[in-house]
Amino acid sequence: MATPKRIVVNEQDGVSVVRFVDRKIVDSSSIEQLGEELIALVTVDKRNMLLLNFENVEFLSSAALNKLISLRNKIKPTGGTLKLCNLHKDIEQVFKITKLDKLIEILPNEEKGLASFK
Amino acid sequence: MVLPFNPQDQPHESEFSLDFNAKPWTLDRVITSCTDEGQVAIQELMGALVEQGWDGSEFFQVNMAAEEAVVNAIEHGNKRDPCKSVHLLFRVSPTEIYLEITDQGAGFNPDTLPDPTDEDLIDKPRGRGVMLIKEFMSEVHYNDRGNSVVMIKRRSAETGDSDSNG
Repeated sequence: MATPKRIVVNEQDGVSVVRFVDRKIVDSSSIEQLGEELIALVTVDKRNMLLLNFENVEFLSSAALNKLISLRNKIKPTGGTLKLCNLHKDIEQVFKITKLDKLIEILPNEEKGLASFK
Repeated sequence: MVLPFNPQDQPHESEFSLDFNAKPWTLDRVITSCTDEGQVAIQELMGALVEQGWDGSEFFQVNMAAEEAVVNAIEHGNKRDPCKSVHLLFRVSPTEIYLEITDQGAGFNPDTLPDPTDEDLIDKPRGRGVMLIKEFMSEVHYNDRGNSVVMIKRRSAETGDSDSNG
């Protein structure tokens, strides 16, 4: 696909590690673009082992959560897996309150995230 | 043509028990149904929180609640209608935050919203903003019509934030 603007993707041990360009994922047009770029990883690049590293992210809105749920729903039928790591504790709290931590596995850091795919 | 607000949609902060012990920072603004204008107001709000000593998780939680409520007003309330506006009334003191957000939509009943954490809804990409607002603010009140929300945050006894409490 075209070079993504909102994410940076690196391949490690068969897992696509995705980092976010924006520290605050809040602007509606940026969120739409982010959602399209994440979905394209699955539909265009045919990647389905994804680890999203949130180290750089300080804030995200529920509209961004919706994009993650859509990504998870897109990956699931392919037999792939979506996992998250390095969440700021307030963002992790958002996942716990909304129970999305039951839907998408959260690992403490990238090393443990990558190891969990093996 | 821009629609005027109805008299019943004027601010009703007098209905709430507030304890602003000094003249609070105030933003009283009518914005169009444009999320960019909402973002500018929220950035000013968050700047005021910093000035008044709010930080850590409480800062994050107020940011989240304001963001979700403003986006809801613009997108779900006014449905991005350029003829409709959103009235923001924000007050910030070192101990208390008052956020009143009123749109010109038909309103909604927050009590009839489905629970997004239900097993059959957990993978549906919608409906989490109102839940997060309720969780993160000290008090949340909707008017009868459901087009205006008042959110109050009171500073917890333990000011600031600590990584050791989780």
